[in-house]
Amino acid sequence: MKHAALAKFGRHTIFYALLIGLWSLLAALKIWPPYVFPTPWGVWDSLQAGFADHSFWIAISISMKRMLLGYSISVVLGMLLGLGIASNKFLEETMGGLLVSLQSLPSICWLPLAVLWFGLTEKAILFVVVMGSLLSVTIAMEDGRKQMPKIYKMAGRNLGARGFKLFWYVLLPASLPFILSGLKQGWAFAWRSLISGEMIFISLGLGQLLMMGRDLNDMSQVIAVMLLIIAIGYVVNGLLFHTLENRLRQKWGLAVS
Amino acid sequence: MTPNSSAQLKMPPIRRPEDARSRFSPEQGFPPSAVRIPRSGISVPKVALQGISLSYKTTGGKRLLALDNIDLEVRTGEFLCIVGPSGCGKSTLVHLIAGLHAPTSGQVLIDHKPVSEPGTDRMLIFQELGLFPWLTVGQNVEFGMKMQGVLKAERREKVQYYLHLVHLAQFKDSYPHQLSGGMRQRVALARALATEPDVLLMDEPFAALDAQTRDLLHDELERIWAETGRTIIFITHNVREAIRLGDRVALMTFRPGRVKREYAIDLPRPRQLEDIALASTAREILEDLREEIDKSLEEQYAAPMGREVRAR
Repeated sequence: MKHAALAKFGRHTIFYALLIGLWSLLAALKIWPPYVFPTPWGVWDSLQAGFADHSFWIAISISMKRMLLGYSISVVLGMLLGLGIASNKFLEETMGGLLVSLQSLPSICWLPLAVLWFGLTEKAILFVVVMGSLLSVTIAMEDGRKQMPKIYKMAGRNLGARGFKLFWYVLLPASLPFILSGLKQGWAFAWRSLISGEMIFISLGLGQLLMMGRDLNDMSQVIAVMLLIIAIGYVVNGLLFHTLENRLRQKWGLAVS
Repeated sequence: MTPNSSAQLKMPPIRRPEDARSRFSPEQGFPPSAVRIPRSGISVPKVALQGISLSYKTTGGKRLLALDNIDLEVRTGEFLCIVGPSGCGKSTLVHLIAGLHAPTSGQVLIDHKPVSEPGTDRMLIFQELGLFPWLTVGQNVEFGMKMQGVLKAERREKVQYYLHLVHLAQFKDSYPHQLSGGMRQRVALARALATEPDVLLMDEPFAALDAQTRDLLHDELERIWAETGRTIIFITHNVREAIRLGDRVALMTFRPGRVKREYAIDLPRPRQLEDIALASTAREILEDLREEIDKSLEEQYAAPMGREVRAR
């Protein structure tokens, strides 16, 4: 078991070493100017400089704050919407269909509308984040309620749970395994929407750092911020949600991956 | 039974099936009754079903009469077993008593009061149990009390007590999926008992268990029934099981479900499934039941032309 994990780690190390090696080689050949093709050490310097002068920390904290706020709003709204749709035949037929078709709209399409409504403000970005993830959460919620085994609802009612208690202590936990993948997807969509939204104006977030790199012709900074965005996305999606999912599966006695 | 008695609660060792078998010997007669059997001297109906009918629309749009004008009374402290062929609506009947569905006509009375919704005065143990997989064994047992708003200290004490009662105290922090089928069954029993219902409704609870586990649970259920004095309505398709446990057995007809006959079971307790007297009583009931099973098979195989014959 431990041996296999070590071997896997080894393979990953080799892969990334090769990748960075190839990158260094191409950069060292100086085929393209550094503002088109940055060197790995240039990116490394940008990363260090960014953290050293706190600009990266500030950008991360501002972006994460927006993310948490926007995501929380869409989780709460999505839950309510999803529950409403799951519990009402009329809404399910009409609104359910509308939501699915709306989901094919890239969330950045909401930005012009948001700017006209809210101006170049914090609210416009939040709006885009919410619109980006709301639909995933709503649809996941609806699916969760439908896929949840009916026996838990009956058992809960039988044991005297009703109203909000039935929802909070039975329906919600019973549908959690089905909801969780939707929450995860919602987070990923919110993250994308946020970065796109932040590129539009002086927003102090990670998206704006990217644009600043472009304005300064500083490709190293652009790549450094991109790496940062990937890393944060990976940490939240890969580690946080993955751990949550695994723990849930373990608890329920489902197959553990 | 108060929770403080949990300290004095003696834990009888779980009997092995071999011991259980050796207790039965026709020459010696029955061993002195190990359990105190509540004698229901006063015949107050705890549960009364009055003219219960239930019909529903099938997917084909036809109305199907599932239960037809059922009258049934259960005395306080009585152990009633309901047997019938599959599809006779016996599960539906206990769901109605539990208040999970409403009958099309007629009413269910508990202590003369009509039932309109689930209540903790009666507790149903589902065939598929419905233990909450996201809660530990202890939290499952605690759940009903938590919904009732019982204080935390009292809840903890009662969880301890009822887990002791079903011999699962050391599994309080396990999750349901970590337990065997028989153990899960006992968790469901403890969870139902913990709300201290007057009436326990059991829907084919032991159907999926192996014979030895079932024997053990019969003994335990009988002991718990004697210790707690609950009224029990027990659904089964197994006539011997019904006679093993019941004070009375009610036989239901195949669709629409009616009460065909009732049998008072006067055999001394504790009974054994292998008991000769039990077997001869079973034969009598089985003959009546076979008629109903034949009817159900007939309906399944003699579907009218042009309609698809339902698979078994």
